[in-house]
Formats: sequence, structure tokens, C-alpha cells
Amino acid sequence: MSTADLPDLAPFEQAAAKRTEATTGGETQLVTPGEPITSNTAFMRGHGTYVEEGVVISALAGVVERINKLVTVRALKARYAGEIGDVVVGRITSLAEKRWRVDLNSRQNGVLALSSINLPGGVQRRKSESDELRMRTFFAEGDLVVAEIQSLYGDGAIAIHTRSLKYGKLRNGTLVTIPPALVQRSRTHFYAIPCGVDVILGLNGYIWVSKHVDPQAIEANPEEVYSNVNDPITAEERTNVARVANCIRALSRQFIHIHDTAIVYAYEASLRFPISDLVTDSVSSEIAMEVRAKLQS
Amino acid sequence: MSRQELLSPEGLRIDGRRANELRRTVCKQSVLTQADGSAYYEQGNTKVLAAIYGPREPRLRSNTLNDRAFVNVEFKVAPFSTNERRKRSKGDRRILEIASAVRQTFESVIVATVYPRSQIDVFLHLLQDDGGNVQACINATTLALIDAGIPMTEYICACSAGYIDETPVLDLNHTEESSFETPDLTIAVMPRSGKVTLLQMESRLEITRLEDTMLLATEGCKQIQRIMDSVVRENTRDLVEKYGQ
Repeated sequence: MSTADLPDLAPFEQAAAKRTEATTGGETQLVTPGEPITSNTAFMRGHGTYVEEGVVISALAGVVERINKLVTVRALKARYAGEIGDVVVGRITSLAEKRWRVDLNSRQNGVLALSSINLPGGVQRRKSESDELRMRTFFAEGDLVVAEIQSLYGDGAIAIHTRSLKYGKLRNGTLVTIPPALVQRSRTHFYAIPCGVDVILGLNGYIWVSKHVDPQAIEANPEEVYSNVNDPITAEERTNVARVANCIRALSRQFIHIHDTAIVYAYEASLRFPISDLVTDSVSSEIAMEVRAKLQS
Repeated sequence: MSRQELLSPEGLRIDGRRANELRRTVCKQSVLTQADGSAYYEQGNTKVLAAIYGPREPRLRSNTLNDRAFVNVEFKVAPFSTNERRKRSKGDRRILEIASAVRQTFESVIVATVYPRSQIDVFLHLLQDDGGNVQACINATTLALIDAGIPMTEYICACSAGYIDETPVLDLNHTEESSFETPDLTIAVMPRSGKVTLLQMESRLEITRLEDTMLLATEGCKQIQRIMDSVVRENTRDLVEKYGQ
């Protein structure tokens, strides 16, 4: 394709202007791999694009996005790519020297360094060799952790930390896996649902649903941070956890973004169905309809 | 095999197609929920399912490449895919050959350098075999990779062509392929730049006929690309609607 028949700056700018004036119904430019985006050399190529003979070409099927002079293409379905400060839920896969490897549903395993965890009891000191030998007493293979992304390595690997009482080992609950695109960044990712259930929305698509634990109780008893034993869970708490977990599964099947209000609405709508039916197509679409109607009102 | 008339005097082939006609092509993306990307591809009676997992942590340490992603292709033939029900072992040479042809084709087009120390797994299942397995596998993989959001410089489309009684014919089916007198070749091209990533031929073809056979196959690739592109666009539009902004 010659460069002459490509859109120039002007229509591109117009499209951008349109997008700002109507953010919801704005014009979205869809591209497929190998499709030229612009031949204007004023633009810089971003993720999902490459340059050939001065033409910016898409490498993905997705939506064209523009920030100032940077042109990127965003694929709708892609693996989780971390950003510093994201709250994630992960599973310990192996132990290495002074660090744990953590499955974060990303393109590589994440790394949790021994130096970026809190010691039980909140003791502040450098980690010694004896701590290194006791690593399995903190986190062992298969344990689930909630953590924050501390930094990203040059090759895209993620380093996480648990240096806060909010973060650490997970217990008293169940894991739900959904597409990462359905979880959006927000001020908090820790929610207490009124029915006595806590939900942690990991940005990597791993969601932890557990029985409610008073945050003050954790602070009062910092020794228990690395406990492997569940607290006593009543039958009612257990069914509520299961119901909320299945509500989240139902919402994700219907492509509704997961956040606290959506979960509460879905929980209310689900009460007239048995828990095991929530993941069926007919029930989940019924719930989704109710949730969508409530979210819009 | 008894001599069968592959091309009638009226210029029709055994399945009623003209010489330069493709078989009916149907494809669909996002058919599996567990996989990162998936596609179903059907060309005539040849049916392939492709699933992509990754980029993810390499399963083996030895597969870790420091500068790019490792691409792994596994191809399986369903026991019920042919007339004669037969279980194929994993080490079957023909199967391994197709898998490595697909891998080599895509290594040149996947922008693997953006995923160092990762692995991209491609799993291909042949559900029904009516000739043209390599082309169906390549086309299904293209669609599944696009669905998985893995960057590629452009589409790769593959198509086969052969020669029956002095006439170049497009997209051979199983009967035409297995006839001794029909030379056939499979070509995989990038339709926009016209680059060839795979050219496979296992029989003798007169050199003077190579060029028009290749041209015909390339023309078929372009037709397939148009079909695939419309499917990809529709699927992307659908995903934009589902996942929102």
C-alpha cells in the first residue's frame, strides 16, 4: 500500500477530538494486524504497533488509542500486564534463594523477595540467614497471597511486596478466577460485602472471597499473619462465601465489570436461586439483566 | 487406487467446484473460555480447533529464552477424523512435521521479543480430515493468535494448489490430494507484503508450471485473508462491546 492513500493527521485529530467530546459513544478505530494506522511521522509508535517505511502499522486486533503523540493499539483480550501499585492475588509456586516465585496469571511468574515481607509480630529488622532457613514457615508452595506490585523488571517480570497488614497470606475463603479485563483499577480493592463476606479484587483476575474478619482483630494479633489454619467458619458464613463466589462467576460470564456495587446487586438478585444454579446460563443472564438495570439507574 | 476422473470435461471437480474455487470456509474466534485465545477453522470438510495458552511461564527451564518468547506447537489428530478410525501416536512423523511447519511459519511473524522468558503454547486439534491439513492449521493458528492479543506483524494465510490434467487447481481436497498424478504444494504468505513464509511440496511438478500454481495458491491466500479479516473485525467489535472501555 502506498503512503499516499493513508489517513493524514487531520482526520486522525478530528477522531481524537470526537472521542474527547463524547467519551462513551466516541468513535473507536478498530484495526487488525498489518493494517496501517498513520503515515504521519509526527507520531510515535507505542505498544501493539511497529513502523515500516515510515508508516505506523498495527500488530494487534484492537482499539487505537492516542495520548498526545503516542499511538498504541490495545487488544481486548490479553494477559495481565502489571503496573506498580496494583493489588494482586497470587499463588506461591516455588521457593528460590531469598525469594518466592508467585503465579500471577501474567506472562511470567512474579517474584516475592524475602526482604519485601513483614515478619510475624511486625518485628522490624534485616532478614538474617535464619529467616532464610525458615522461609517455608512464612509462605510454602500452594499458599495464596495478596500483595502489591513493588516494581517491574526490565524483561516485564513483576516484583511484589507484602509489607503492610493489608497484605499477606490468605485463608478462610475461596479463589475465583475471571478475565483480568473485567477488574478495573480503583481506590481500594478490599471490600467488605454487607452479607458478612470480604472480597479482594486482584487486578490480575484472581479474586479472593472469604468470611469477614475485623481488621482490628488482625492488628491485635499480628502473630497469626502466617497461620495455615482457618478460623472457625459457620455454615451460614460458608454458604454466603459460596454465594458471593458464584455471583462473581455469573457476572464474569456475562461480561459485567466486577466491583463492590455490582457484587452487592448480584447478591441481592441471587437470593431467590439456589447457589449451584447461579453459574448456569439462564440464571446468570437473568441476574446480569437485573444488575445492569440497577447500575444504570 | 482406481483411476478416477478428477476434472470433468465441463471443468468441474469431484466436489462440484471450478478449478479456481476455494472450498466453503467458515471460521470463528474465542470459542474456548479457558484458553487465552482460540479459533475454529473449517475449510470444506477439514476442521481444526486451535487453542493458545500464554505468553506464560515456560514449563521447562531449558525453554527459557532471554531475548524472546519460546513458541511451542502441538498438533493432534482426532481418532475419528478420518474414514478409518485410528489412534495416532504422539511421535508420528507426519504429525510432528506439520507441527514444526506451523512453528517455523509463525516464528517469523510473531513479535516474540516483547515477551522475553515466556512461552506461547499453540495446541491444534484436527477434528476432521479432508485434505489441506497444513493450510487449515496455519489459518486457525493465525486467528487464535490474534484472539490471544499476541502481536504479529501481519496475517499469515495458507492455501494449497495443484495441477490436474494441464489445469492448475486451487485448494485440493483429500481425494485430489491422494491421487498419484496430482502434484500439490502448500504456500503460506503474508498477504500485505507478499512475503512467503512456507512453501511445501512433496511431489514432482514441472518447473514451467510452478509459477502459475504458486500464483493461484497466493490468490487463494488473499481470498482467505478477506474472510479471516471480516471475522476478526466482527469478533473485535463484539469484544469491545463486551469488555467496554
